[in-house]
Amino acid sequence: MIIKSLTVRFGAFTAVDDVTLEVPPGSIVGLVGESGSGKSTLARAVSGLVPYTGEIIGAGRRRVQMVFQDPYASLDPRMRVGASVAEGVRLSRAARRVEVERLLSLVSLPAELAGRYPRELSGGQRQRVAIARALGARPDLLVADEITSALDVSVQGAVLNLVRELRAELGLSVLFISHDLAVVRYVCDVIAVLHRGRLVEVGTTDEVVGSPRAAYTRALLEAVPRLGRR
Amino acid sequence: MRHLLRTPAGLAGASLVALMVVLAVAGPPIWGAAAERIDPAALLQGSSAAHSLGTDSLGRDLLARVLVAGRLSLALAALATLIGAAAGIVLGALPSVLPRRAARLVTGTVNALVAFPGLLLAMFTAVVVGLGARGAVLGVGAAIAPGFARLTQTLAASVARADYVAAARMLGVPRRRVLTAHVLPNVAEPLILHLTQALGGALLGLAGMSFLGLGVQPPSFDWGRLLFDGFARIYATPAVAVGPAVAVALAGVGFNLLGDALARAASRTGPPARGPAAPVASENRSPGEPDARAVLEVRDLTVTFPGGVTPVRGLSLTVAPGEIVGLVGESGSGKSLTAAAIGGLVPYPGTVRAARLRLCGADLGELTAERRRRLLGTSLAMVFQDPMASLNPALRIGGQLAEVAVVHQGASRAEAAARAVDRLGHVHVPEPDRRARQHPHELSGGMRQRAVIAMGLMGTPRLIIADEPTTALDVTVQRQILHLLRRATEETGAATLFISHDIAVVGELCHRVVVMYAGRVVEDLPVEGLATAAAHPYTRALIASLPDMDTDTSQPLASIPGRQPPPGEVGSGCAFAPRCPLAGEQCAEAPPLLPYGTDHHVACWKAT
Ligand SMILES: Nc1ncnc2c1ncn2[C@@H]1O[C@H](COP(=O)(O)OP(=O)(O)O)[C@@H](O)[C@H]1O
Ligand code: SF4
Ligand SMILES: [Mg+2]
Repeated sequence: MIIKSLTVRFGAFTAVDDVTLEVPPGSIVGLVGESGSGKSTLARAVSGLVPYTGEIIGAGRRRVQMVFQDPYASLDPRMRVGASVAEGVRLSRAARRVEVERLLSLVSLPAELAGRYPRELSGGQRQRVAIARALGARPDLLVADEITSALDVSVQGAVLNLVRELRAELGLSVLFISHDLAVVRYVCDVIAVLHRGRLVEVGTTDEVVGSPRAAYTRALLEAVPRLGRR
Repeated sequence: MRHLLRTPAGLAGASLVALMVVLAVAGPPIWGAAAERIDPAALLQGSSAAHSLGTDSLGRDLLARVLVAGRLSLALAALATLIGAAAGIVLGALPSVLPRRAARLVTGTVNALVAFPGLLLAMFTAVVVGLGARGAVLGVGAAIAPGFARLTQTLAASVARADYVAAARMLGVPRRRVLTAHVLPNVAEPLILHLTQALGGALLGLAGMSFLGLGVQPPSFDWGRLLFDGFARIYATPAVAVGPAVAVALAGVGFNLLGDALARAASRTGPPARGPAAPVASENRSPGEPDARAVLEVRDLTVTFPGGVTPVRGLSLTVAPGEIVGLVGESGSGKSLTAAAIGGLVPYPGTVRAARLRLCGADLGELTAERRRRLLGTSLAMVFQDPMASLNPALRIGGQLAEVAVVHQGASRAEAAARAVDRLGHVHVPEPDRRARQHPHELSGGMRQRAVIAMGLMGTPRLIIADEPTTALDVTVQRQILHLLRRATEETGAATLFISHDIAVVGELCHRVVVMYAGRVVEDLPVEGLATAAAHPYTRALIASLPDMDTDTSQPLASIPGRQPPPGEVGSGCAFAPRCPLAGEQCAEAPPLLPYGTDHHVACWKAT
């Protein structure tokens, strides 16, 4: 999938400015940058949630699905988990049950969770449900917008592992947005750095982390917290 | 439901409403005949043994008539409410389905109607439709509708912006299904609550209409009509007006109380806080000699809520001057409640117990409420995740900061204002004098958090407690705020308790790390040891699951299976046992926090 010259304007303000980025099939492309740099706006544009100019080539509507940052706000509190997961599934009633089970097992959740309400689930479990729901539409591209930043460290790792497994098993393409470079380095093949709505650097993870070219990328790398380094 | 009946207001409301329902059902069959019995010998009497509320101009017993009128009064009120709600909900839902321009027209109309006095709207409608019960019901319905329309509109708009609706749209869920599956269910509950309150209003409104002669006409009678008939005689025989007036008031109050209580139960805000819980010394534990050097010394802190919920269980903690102690743990481990207990902010009905809770050498449990408040006000600065928890949205930043100096340091207004600007500049708020004149909403999240820190620095705090101060901020801003906190600690020599779920941030900022799990401290160690010397299986697992810039990307990240038990379900053993790879028989008993090398404490049987 190729994002070509994508621009999003809110009135006179340009939130995303002429971004061109390729997400090759089966790869995870990381998008980093501080908040307000336009990451979420880009994600929403690619997902068809905000109007944009430019082109998205190689992925139709419904073929792009997004997973949101806050797993507490992205599931309808009054809808059972099974019904939420089934929302993107276009199958007969009976087949849908089976499909929901399959989707839940893809994200390593037991099938009996289908009958529960989101409030009975932990944050990590909710985020898995949100991922299962997105997978139900069999997307060409999964947009993951800060999907671990609302989670505790103890479950963050499991969700990151899941993203990598899904890529390995399903050949899923992912646009993975995060402010945390250590996380992005761990899951992504390619890293794109966004600053004030513009891409300042794109390269393989090794290139960007190992020999950053843009000054802003170096500043971001500097800002990564390290245990016991004061 | 039990929750609802626990508050006095909820109980009173529910009883009154139940009483009204019984009256509506049983009133006419029991007292119907008495209410219609004409007695020429007892015309226009006042209160007497035979007729406790007197009689009317045909000698009919007024008490019986009041009891019988309940059914009609309540039925009409229910009808008016249903009409108003139906009209209002349709009107409120229209803008989300109509084309843009028509939607704006509807919204504008609703806004105008909301601003229009309800009784006038009701009277106007009643006059147009015609006198009588029908006119009154439609009139009151018309008066109720705009409120419902506005509520429906706001609710629908907020649900429409929810992430789960965006997700449904991406999945190609049809518009109609989004409405029935997501919007309506999430809008229904508040609407039903509003219905109960509207019923009380309708009852009063209809009584008012009948009282004005616009409502129920003879020979029918409702409470308003009885009031209308009795009012002319109020000076001669006041009892005749008291009956219907009391009935209307009781019913109206009942529905309003019930509606309020329902709304509160639904939003789970509980009864209004009765002020924070003061610490109570816990018996039979000798905490040993107090640590004279420590700014903060906590021994065996326990926070309990009714129903056996103990989110903080026997926590001990010491913070020295100039030291930054990081308190880490996953959400729900009791970090925030620990901070709240120290600051005297645990909400009712929580109870705080501690063998010792010393701040700046004074035992908080032994101080009078007044002295405790003053000590906390002058020596403790608190910074929360949401800066708006500390800022009043209605006041200018500068004024709020100045207030602190005026109240706690007895500074003059002018001095305080100047100091506020100075402190804002000190925490690198650009153009501090201009910012001081702005309201909180005009500042970005990072700027607001700086303002809160500046507020803490108006005095000379001895202890700074920062509870997830950077969680809502992005990395670069997060970093600046952390710098600022460290500098504030260095400059003031204050002790800092830094609370975070993010062990990486804590590892970078703090001198010492205290790890909490399920309400207890499981490990306490110098930050240098965090990456390599952690001894508790939970701490180790946390660190292993955290990717850093050197993590081997060919291996899956370590993760901790299972979940932390909620505070009501922590058993007597080690709370980590169900998730612990080392758990053994011994772990059925809770391990104490014991010294482990220098400056290092661990609560684990297997850490030897
Ligand atoms: N007012 C309250 N009533 C009952 N339980 C509460 C209350 N406040 C917090 N708790 C419970 O106490 C536990 C610890 O909460 P908290 O201190 O906020 O944890 P943390 O800050 O570590 O995330 C949670 O399980 C929470 O549900
Ligand atoms: S006490 Fe036992 S269960 Fe608890 S952490 Fe240590 S080994 Fe694990
Ligand atoms: Mg907290």
